Amino acid sequence: MSELAIETAGLTKIYGQQRAVDDVDLAIPRGGVHGFLGPNGAGKTTTIRMLATLIRPDAGTARVLGHDVVQHGDAVRDRVALTGQFASVDEDLSGRENLRLLAKLYGFRGAAATARADELLGAFGLEGAADRQVKKFSGGMRRRIDIAASLVVTPELLFLDEPTTGLDPRSRIEVWDIVRALVAHGTTVMLTTQYLDEADQLADRISVIDAGRIIAEGAPSELKASVGSGSLHVRVMHRADLAAVQGILARELGVEVETTSDPHGLAVPLEDRSRVTSALAAIEAAELELAQFSLGQPTLDEVFLHLTGHAADSPDGSDEEVAA
Amino acid sequence: MSTDTRTQPDAPEPAGAASAQTAPAVSAIAEALTSGTRPARPTPLSTSLTFGWRSLLKIKHLPEQLFDVTVFPVMMTLLFTYLFGGALEGSVQAYIAFLAPGVLVQSVLFITMYTGTTLRTDIDRGVFDRFRSLPIWRPSALVGMLLGDAVRFAVASGITAAVCLAIGWRPGGGVIGVLAGIGLVLVFAFGLGWIWTFLSMILRTPGAIMGVASFVLMPLLFGSNIFVDPSTMPGWLQAWVEVNPVSHLVTAVRELMDGLPTGPEVAWSLMWSAGLVAVFGSLTMWRYRDPS
Repeated sequence: MSELAIETAGLTKIYGQQRAVDDVDLAIPRGGVHGFLGPNGAGKTTTIRMLATLIRPDAGTARVLGHDVVQHGDAVRDRVALTGQFASVDEDLSGRENLRLLAKLYGFRGAAATARADELLGAFGLEGAADRQVKKFSGGMRRRIDIAASLVVTPELLFLDEPTTGLDPRSRIEVWDIVRALVAHGTTVMLTTQYLDEADQLADRISVIDAGRIIAEGAPSELKASVGSGSLHVRVMHRADLAAVQGILARELGVEVETTSDPHGLAVPLEDRSRVTSALAAIEAAELELAQFSLGQPTLDEVFLHLTGHAADSPDGSDEEVAA
Repeated sequence: MSTDTRTQPDAPEPAGAASAQTAPAVSAIAEALTSGTRPARPTPLSTSLTFGWRSLLKIKHLPEQLFDVTVFPVMMTLLFTYLFGGALEGSVQAYIAFLAPGVLVQSVLFITMYTGTTLRTDIDRGVFDRFRSLPIWRPSALVGMLLGDAVRFAVASGITAAVCLAIGWRPGGGVIGVLAGIGLVLVFAFGLGWIWTFLSMILRTPGAIMGVASFVLMPLLFGSNIFVDPSTMPGWLQAWVEVNPVSHLVTAVRELMDGLPTGPEVAWSLMWSAGLVAVFGSLTMWRYRDPS
């Protein structure tokens, strides 16, 4: 049995002129969550579709749980499941009918298929809506039935393609809890996401993909360490003060101070946190007012910016904001 | 002041919709994961029939799907009978005896093209990617869909036959002959269906599939012996009608339904059906591995 859950060499998929996935090498061990992080259109879904045998690579090789995806696609399909916007359930059928359908396709007969469907509906808190058409489900319920549909037979490897995109915060945390339960059970999860905090929360290791290429790999903490020990964010009360504050911070901290998408904001990547207090004191001494400041671990947003030179299209990162 | 408390992104969806439901319990999910052994892999027949069952469930939820198999055949039958009846045979009564088997073939074959548009819609919604990711005999999703459609075509056949009977058709082959004829039409429709599944693999929109399917069906259905005896046609058209598989089918269905001795046309129809499955079934499955 292969030690690796996923192993690819030079994996490539070309659509027209565009190299959607370009020479990707992956070596993902069994167990835990592997995050696949990148903006829309980076090639995350295309990679997963090749690994799940839904499309064929144009070049390179891929082995999933030790089986080649092209030569032994059936062996791969026997061991993996996937959930995503591209592999959903039938919206015209009810939740129970969808799960019964899949249970039958996995070989459960008659009453056993119904029992398995009901068991999953119960576990995912969907009994009440079981007989409703899936198209009438809320976003959170929809995602739960999508995941439940992948667990009719427990897979060795589960591909989760953007499982929380478009969900409200509570439903998001529910999905995270489900992922953790799967991992505790021993299933390997490969999770694509464009939310940096999601990868940070769930993933043991992360591959960052941009324009079809893997641009970084490592544990979340390693990726963060690669951009220094954190950063200071400040927001000035009056926009006119911005240049003055920028000057003081640059002088006191000895590093470059970056402007942000917020016209009142400044960000300072830090090598050394110890001089932050004196820098803030210097701002106060100059009688410049700050609206907010925060000091945090580097966010994966900053990692992404550092790696690609452009920001990931994502919500704010993980700093706690302190009103000044 | 340095902490790592997470903030959540803005919620694009109102939370209220889900709040009526109980949240999933992690312990229950863990239990559901471990419970039970994995059953033996089902047979290709079993998975195909399961997909057929899915098609029937869809009819239950979307009964308007039956519109094309009910209203359309009635309209076709009445229109063509009363349009051509007086001119061609002197009376509706006389013409329906000639037309009924052919118009039944026409009604069923015409609505087979909805198979392609339905499949394209399923592919676009992502349902087929889930089916393709399952460890089952790969064609079963498509075979099952065509089996489910066969039920719809049987409904269309029954309705067409009933309309023909109501306006004076008295088939010499009796109930057995009519059922045998319908059976042959369903077999041919299953073969023809693989052309539409292939189209839905290579064309991106239901509209495009509809357009190409109409283009294919027009010469097959109208350049045939459905409406008139080919002996009145010019030579080049006769030549086409002679080789048109739909003409073979119509002749075979007439023989069965009229209780006449059957000639080679029944065998021709079955061979054409098998050939369509072999060619377009293979093409479909080739594209099914890596659809655009």
